[in-house]
Amino acid sequence: MKRGNEVERLLLEGKLSRREFMARMSAMGLAAAVSPLLSSMPAMAAGPKRGGRLRLGLNGGATSDTLDPGIQLAMMPQTLVYGTLANSLVEVDADGRPVPELAESWEASPDAKKWIFKLRKGVEFHNGKTMDADDVIYSLNWHRKKGTKSAAKPLVESIAGMTKTGKYTLTFELEEGNADFPYTLSDYHLVVGPKETDLAKGVFTGGYMIKTFEPGVRAFAVRNPNYFKSDRAWFDEVEILGINDVNARTNALKTGQIDVMNRCDLKTVHLFKRMPGVQVMRQDGFKHFTFAMRTDTAPYDNNDVRLALKYAVDREQLVKTILRGYGRVGNDHPISVANRYHADELPQRSFDPDKAKFHLKKAGLPGTTFKFHAAEVAFKGAVDAGVLYKEQAAKAGITIDVVREPNDGYWNNVWMKKPFCAVFWAGRATEDMMFSTAYAKGVAWNDTFWDHKRFNELLTAARAELDEKKRRGMYVEMQRIVRDEGGVVVPMFSADLSAAGDKIGHGKLAANWELDGFRAPERWWFKS
Amino acid sequence: MTWFKSNSIAALMLKRIGLGLVTLWVISLLIFVGVEALPGDLAEAVLGQSATPETVAAFRKELKLDLPPHVRYAAWLGAFVRGDFGNSLANKRPVVDLISWRFANTLFLAGVTAIIAVPAAIVLGILAALYRNTLFDRLISMATLSTISFPEFFVAYILIALLSVQVALFPSIANVNEQMSFWQKLYAIFLPCLTLAMVVTAHMMRQTRAAIINILSSPFIEMANLKGLKRLRVIVLHAFPNALSPVINVIALNLAYLVVGVVIVEVVFVYPGLGQLLVDSVSKRDIPVVQASGLIFAATYVFLNLLADVLSIVSNPRLRNPR
Repeated sequence: MKRGNEVERLLLEGKLSRREFMARMSAMGLAAAVSPLLSSMPAMAAGPKRGGRLRLGLNGGATSDTLDPGIQLAMMPQTLVYGTLANSLVEVDADGRPVPELAESWEASPDAKKWIFKLRKGVEFHNGKTMDADDVIYSLNWHRKKGTKSAAKPLVESIAGMTKTGKYTLTFELEEGNADFPYTLSDYHLVVGPKETDLAKGVFTGGYMIKTFEPGVRAFAVRNPNYFKSDRAWFDEVEILGINDVNARTNALKTGQIDVMNRCDLKTVHLFKRMPGVQVMRQDGFKHFTFAMRTDTAPYDNNDVRLALKYAVDREQLVKTILRGYGRVGNDHPISVANRYHADELPQRSFDPDKAKFHLKKAGLPGTTFKFHAAEVAFKGAVDAGVLYKEQAAKAGITIDVVREPNDGYWNNVWMKKPFCAVFWAGRATEDMMFSTAYAKGVAWNDTFWDHKRFNELLTAARAELDEKKRRGMYVEMQRIVRDEGGVVVPMFSADLSAAGDKIGHGKLAANWELDGFRAPERWWFKS
Repeated sequence: MTWFKSNSIAALMLKRIGLGLVTLWVISLLIFVGVEALPGDLAEAVLGQSATPETVAAFRKELKLDLPPHVRYAAWLGAFVRGDFGNSLANKRPVVDLISWRFANTLFLAGVTAIIAVPAAIVLGILAALYRNTLFDRLISMATLSTISFPEFFVAYILIALLSVQVALFPSIANVNEQMSFWQKLYAIFLPCLTLAMVVTAHMMRQTRAAIINILSSPFIEMANLKGLKRLRVIVLHAFPNALSPVINVIALNLAYLVVGVVIVEVVFVYPGLGQLLVDSVSKRDIPVVQASGLIFAATYVFLNLLADVLSIVSNPRLRNPR
C-alpha cells in the first residue's frame, strides 16, 4: 500500500488531478482500497461544522507586538487581527479575486480615478455599535493622518479624498486612476474599527472577539455571536500561541497540543508528511527572494554586469538545495505564477556561464570581485544561497565574495545601503502593488534604486487601464523590462508550508498570505 | 549599640546592600549605553523592512527618541527611583504589567527546579563521598557530568523525543496560562524542570562531594572515626556542616543561573519567562523593558550572592567571629 499512500498524498496536495489519481490507483489494482482519508477533500466533504477550540502555534510573534492595525509586522498579530478579529472592505478569495466583505459592492469611473463603495448594512462592532461610513473613514485615516506610524501609509497615500455620500456609501477620489483599488482595500492593515476609538484595543467587526492578548505569547478569542457572515468563523474559540522555534511547533503538533502550525521545517517535512494524523499544506504564493543590486552604484549601474550576474545563477540548484524543492525558479522579475498577469510567455532564464562571461567581458570588467551581503534574517538559507551562488558564478569565471552580515539591524544597515545584498519579499497580490512598492522611480522601498523611463510610464498607464487585454500586455512588457534591464536577480519563489491535524477541514487555500490568506481561524473548521 | 559592630552580620548586610545599589546603578548605565551603541533604534527595529523615513520620524517623535541620550536616561532614572518603571516603547504597555507575571513564571520554574535539584544534588554528593571511588561514585559522576556537558537544548529535545513524542507522558510545550490550576501548571512544566534539574545538579553535586572529601582528611574526622562512629554519621553530622560554606556558594550561583540563564529552555519549551522578553526587547531596542529586566536579573545576582555570604557566615563560627 505504500505506493498507494504516496499517490493519495499527491492527490491531497493537489499535485494530481482526481482523474490522474483514479488512473494511477487502478493501475495498481487499488481502486477499491482508497482510504477514508480522501473524504477530507473539499469536493467530498460533508460541509463545515461548528464548535471546538482552534489552537494555532505560529512562528512570527514578538513580545513587542501590538493590535494596532497600522503596525502589523509579523505572522502572529497578522493572523490575529486580520484573520480572527477584523475585516477589511474587500476580501481576496481562494482564486485571488477581490470579493465584497464589509463593502457590499463597488463601481469605478471609466478612468478608475473615482470609486463608489456601498457598505454592508447591519454590521456590528464587538462593542455593539453599528458600522457606517464614518467608521470606515476614521479607520482609513488611521493610516493617513499626519504623524501616523502606520506601515500602510504608502498604500493609502494615493487616496486624495474620501467623502461620505450616504450613511452607507463612500466615494473615494484617487490621485491617479487605479484599476486595482479594491485590492488595495483588501490589505491586512486596512481593517475597520469604530470611529473615535483607539484601534489598538482590538475592537473590530470580525468573527471572534479578543479576550486575552499577551504579545508574543498567547492570544485567546471567542466567537462573535453577532458576526455578519453566517458561513464563516466555525470555531467557538481561537487560541494563538507564539512558538518561534520550529522544533517546538512540530513537536506540539505531533503531540496534539496545537491543531495548526505555520512554516514547517523544510529539512524534516518529508518525514512529517508520513506521520499519520497530520496533513501538510503547500501554498505557492507571492513570496520570493531577491539578490538586489543598486543600479545607481558602480559597477551595478552597467546592465551588462547585471545580466552577467543574472546568467551566473543556477536557479534549479538553489530551489533544490535551499528550498528543498518547495518553491519555483524565478525569472528575474517579482511577479509570481499566482498573480493574474504572470507572463508565462517569457522564456525562463537559465544558468549560462558562457553568456555570463560574455556580458562581463562586454562590460569590460572581467576579474572584478562582487561583494554579496547576506544574513539569515534576509531569508532562511540566505547565507548558504550566497555560498552556492559563489560556486556557480565561479564556473563562469565571476568572483563573488559572500559577506555574512549580522541578523540584528540587517534591514537598517545592509538592505538599501550595500550595493548587492539578499532580500526577502512577501510579494503582493497585484502586479501594480508589487511594482509600485519596489520598482517605481523614487519609492521608499526601491531597493535597486532603479529608474526606467518606459517602465515608469507603463506602470502609470497600466494602473488606470480597465481593459483586461491591454492591461495584460502592459504588465507582460513590464516583466520583460525588469527581467532584462532591472536590478534584481530573482532566483526563486518560496512555497509556504503549513501543517494541521487531519481533523481540520478547509477549502481551497488562498495564496495571498500564509495560512489561507491569514484567514484560517475564519475559514477552517473541525470535521468532527 | 553593641549589636552594631563593624564586623557584625547586620553591618555586613548594610554595606553589601549599599554596594549592591551602586552596582545596580552602574549596570543601568551600562545597559543604557549598550543599547544606545547598538545600530538603529526602536523605530527602525520595530518597522524592520517596512520602515520608511516618514514613519520612522513619526515613531521617534512620539516616543521622544529624538531627544539626546543623556536627557532620556535622566528622565528614565528620575521615574525609576520614584518607582515608575515606565511603559514599553513598542506596545505602550506598562513595563510592570509585562514583567510581573513573567518574572513570577520564571521564579516558579526556578523554584520548582531548585526544590528538586538542590536536595537531589546534596544527597547524591553525600552518597558519592560516602562511597568514594566505588562504582556507584563513578556512575553518578559520569551521569551528572554527561548531562551538564550536553547543551541544554539537546537534553531538552531528547527528553521531548522520549517522554512526549515516543511515550505521550508529558506535554512538549510548557504552555502555562491563568486558566490553569496549580497542579496543571506543575504538570505542564515537568519537562523544562527536568531539563534544568539535570543541567544544574552536576555542579552542586560535584561541589558537595569535593567539599566533604576535603573535610574528611581533617583531624577531627579522624577522631570521630577513631571513636568508632558510623561512616554515614561521620559524614552527615561531622563533615557536611563544615563543608556547607562552599556548597552554599555553588547553590547560590546555580539558583541565579536558574533565574537569569534559562532563555534557551524557555524557547524550546515555549515557556513565557523573563528571558524571552529580554531577548525580544533588546532586538527591538525597547530600552525601558531591557532596563527593568536587566535590573531584575542583576538584583537577583546581588541578592543571592548576599544571601550566600550571610548563610556561609552563619554556618561557620570561624567567619562569624573573626579575630
